[in-house]
Amino acid sequence: MPLLEIKDLSIRFGGLQAVKNYNLTMNPGDIRGLIGPNGAGKTTVFNMMTGILTPTEGQVLLNNWSIEGFQPYQIAARGIGRTFQNLCLWRHMTVLEHVKMACYSKITYGLFGAFFGGARRKREETQMTNKAMDLLALVKLDQFADQLVGNLPYGAQRRMEIARALATDPKILLLDEPTAGMNPEELDQIMEIIRLVHGEYKMAILLIEHRLKFVMELCERIQALVFGEVIAEGEPEEIRNHPQVIEAYLGKEIEY
Amino acid sequence: MTVFFQSLVNALQWGSFYALIALGYSMVYGVLMLFNFAHGDVFMVGAYISFIVATALTALAAAGTIAIPGWVVLLLTIVCAMMLNAIVGIIIERVGYRPLREAPRASAAITGLMIGIILETGVLAIMGAQRAKFPSLIQSVTYDVGGVFITNKKIMIVLVSIVLMLALDQFVKKTKWGMAMRAMAFDYTVVPLMGVPANVIAALTFAIGSGLAASAGCLFGVAYPVLDPYMGIVFGWKAFVAAILGGRGSILGATLAGFLLGFIEIFVALIFPSTMRDFIAYSIILLILTFRPHGFFGEPHSARLRL
Repeated sequence: MPLLEIKDLSIRFGGLQAVKNYNLTMNPGDIRGLIGPNGAGKTTVFNMMTGILTPTEGQVLLNNWSIEGFQPYQIAARGIGRTFQNLCLWRHMTVLEHVKMACYSKITYGLFGAFFGGARRKREETQMTNKAMDLLALVKLDQFADQLVGNLPYGAQRRMEIARALATDPKILLLDEPTAGMNPEELDQIMEIIRLVHGEYKMAILLIEHRLKFVMELCERIQALVFGEVIAEGEPEEIRNHPQVIEAYLGKEIEY
Repeated sequence: MTVFFQSLVNALQWGSFYALIALGYSMVYGVLMLFNFAHGDVFMVGAYISFIVATALTALAAAGTIAIPGWVVLLLTIVCAMMLNAIVGIIIERVGYRPLREAPRASAAITGLMIGIILETGVLAIMGAQRAKFPSLIQSVTYDVGGVFITNKKIMIVLVSIVLMLALDQFVKKTKWGMAMRAMAFDYTVVPLMGVPANVIAALTFAIGSGLAASAGCLFGVAYPVLDPYMGIVFGWKAFVAAILGGRGSILGATLAGFLLGFIEIFVALIFPSTMRDFIAYSIILLILTFRPHGFFGEPHSARLRL
């Protein structure tokens, strides 16, 4: 049984068919890429997978469980974690708090316990703090744990988002343009982190990316989405040489 | 000097009410970016719930069913009123505001005004037009501290308020719900993707604000035992002023501004005739806001919930 199965996912906004018959099957430990020009519908696919948008047709199955009819928070708690194309941060909160916030669904003490259940609360809070610190160490931000997130440099904020997504204990991690706006040095760092997450946690990862070099180095298989439809699917080498992809997406930019 | 300290004590008590109510305004604004203009009436409902609970408990005690001292009755009343009023707050959020989550802010403001009228007239219909007399739960004891008269009620009111404010501070700072509230202040979309049920957090915010308003209502009933269905209007507006003065979304700001408002009112009344109290007091506050339009702890471009 595959970890994730997406069957004929389609969404229509009025007259615009934003995504049409999108299919994807992923097994545990797979790392896949989704490329395509701006407005191709890549983020829309993510939004449907996380319950922000309701597809017009098709279904998303996570371990054979259909997400249909569930709220985004329930889907997140069941194991689909994601980061965002534009950073979505809570400026008044610290780095550690961001990551701990994502542990919300794992914390079991109740309202009463928050005030009176000393031992259990303390134990759970310590557990969560330790877990969050481990994740921050993974993305090399543990020394900034108590900083307000707004004070971090851009690349570090991006890494924090990955730690936050991991804190929800996802079975599959969706990364929406993790390298957007990064300089080459930050790029290497983020590649190393994604490799680490993939290697150590055997995490299934689906990656939206604009930088083809990056996505081709990381992903085992890649899909190319143009105007909401998958025009090509295959290994990096195939995608790189696929005439339709070159025409629709790469244009003249085949520098390698 | 004794007059000064006497006024200080009075101002502390008076400010406690404003601060407790202002916290509800500011928290809801900080999390959901809307002012709950029915909040003054939520305070009034809290006072009436306290009145009903207190009356029932006193009747039970008088009938000899249960023998409990007045202090315990008062404590029970506060706790019960806070919990019941929290439910009122949750209903208001569910029925009044949640359907308008994506609507323009003006719609939410008007909803607040309507809910306020519904609460006022609802209480009027149920409780009648005559003023309710809050039962005297504890014997008033006056201590003479170097010419300054302090009653046990005043001490109790200020203490209970401070305990509640500290509890709120810890709640927002330390617990997962507090963190979720502060995160929700930034968006409704991302927070659920971290596994946080945004609607539950919104309801909880209203519940806490209404609970605090009920504690203010109960304490108010202890200090000024006459209640009427329209008592929440002016009180609500003044607490709203305190929330703005403190800086929208700021918990510390709302608390301090609530007390400051109490101080200004009491000290203005000390110097000027009491008929001019609000005229002068609120002119002063208007002046403060001219120079600090975002309030003491407010930020120009953000009104997010913070400590």
